[in-house]
Amino acid sequence: MINKDLVIIGGGPAGLSAAKLAAESGLSSLIVERDFKLGGQLVKQTHMFFGSEKQYAKTRGIDIAKILVDDVLKYPEMVEVMTDTTVVGLYEDKVITLLHNDEYIKVQSKAIIIATGASEKVLAFPNNDLPGIYGAGAVQTLMNVNGVLPGNDVVMVGSGNIGLIVSYQLIQAGVNVKCVIEASSSIGGYKVHASKLKRLGVDILTSHSVKRANGTEALESIVISKLDNNWDYIEGTEKTIEVDSLCISVGLSPLSSLLSMIGVDMKYVSSLGGLVPYIDSHHETSVKDVYVAGDVCGVEEASSAIVEGYLTGLIVASSLGFKHENYDELYRDFKAQLENLRSGPFGEKTREGLQEIARDHDVK
Amino acid sequence: MRITEHPILTFEQKAKLQFVFDGNKVYGYEGDTIASALHAMGVKKLSHSIHLKRPRGFYCAIGNCASCNMIVDEKPNVRTCVTLLKEGMVVKTQLNKGELYD
Repeated sequence: MINKDLVIIGGGPAGLSAAKLAAESGLSSLIVERDFKLGGQLVKQTHMFFGSEKQYAKTRGIDIAKILVDDVLKYPEMVEVMTDTTVVGLYEDKVITLLHNDEYIKVQSKAIIIATGASEKVLAFPNNDLPGIYGAGAVQTLMNVNGVLPGNDVVMVGSGNIGLIVSYQLIQAGVNVKCVIEASSSIGGYKVHASKLKRLGVDILTSHSVKRANGTEALESIVISKLDNNWDYIEGTEKTIEVDSLCISVGLSPLSSLLSMIGVDMKYVSSLGGLVPYIDSHHETSVKDVYVAGDVCGVEEASSAIVEGYLTGLIVASSLGFKHENYDELYRDFKAQLENLRSGPFGEKTREGLQEIARDHDVK
Repeated sequence: MRITEHPILTFEQKAKLQFVFDGNKVYGYEGDTIASALHAMGVKKLSHSIHLKRPRGFYCAIGNCASCNMIVDEKPNVRTCVTLLKEGMVVKTQLNKGELYD
């Protein structure tokens, strides 16, 4: 059994930021990451971020990933990193079991921050399991990290920011985006992203969805259909489109299965993406010394995940006796940044959702 | 199909890595995952559903959905989307839940 003060599960924006603030406070940590590299989903995001300077606005996601990873590597004595490592068990006494290169490792930790992020949802239609049908984020990884194209002709399902941004990036990479379809009667993402696509001649068809996919060994075509106000298919409006790739961008679900393993109180909150833990204003779950940060406690932008990571790292360090010298100032700043990121009409759903999982009355 | 020109990213030609896919000698490049190397060759079918044996490709690319599981160096259920390609790997399409190995 290995003993640790703090284990952070997930080496994406939230986990890295938490490790940085813990280290700045004087607390050592171990980051466990199942991928072979750190950075989470920032490593594929070639677009520039919005928000304010504090969350690296106007910087590309791929560059933010480098900044966050470098910040952590500045503390080689404080932050230990295990990549290619999957958490296979989590227990209420804060024992974590890991699988790394076929080796089974047990770790006893004083506190745990779960920052596992979220995964892309699927959409139900006949033959939705054919090869060639991908999560939009998965295609973003294939293109922008591996430099491999998904195919020649693609249709994007979903016009949220991910759907719009990945469509644009598909075009940048040389793929023919035939159209974006959206079940709702209006475009989900920011107008600036939608306008970029429209200028390139890509139609965004609202009130449309996929009715079925066709193909034997891989995707060959899809049938789309118009939807009525109840989101039911309108007979006679079907249209077949030949594509070799279909990207599904219909939202993300928090990866909260590790939380279920240790009996954390959870609730299904659709505005946060699915099953999420009840948390208090310190991001602590119903299990003492088990904290959460980032998309696992409600799907938002990476900017919010970064700030939540900073905040949670700061708080956990303090709870273990390592209070940052500027604790009060930083605490207020991180809280204010989060409030700012969630202000305005696009943050409304998040604000409502967070109220539903508040263990006290001042959540996040 | 590999990207050669891109307005933001540069993809340098990296070292070739030879591996075996279902008995054939093929190659990818350093930095590839097993899934991306196969995809670049045009191989989209990586796995099968357990009961109906329907073809499956990768879906999530974050090691979560299990639809890219393959047999790599005799080890079944390897998540090929988050496993780096290595020279000499033996990669096979998986048809069952996987068998115990030494």
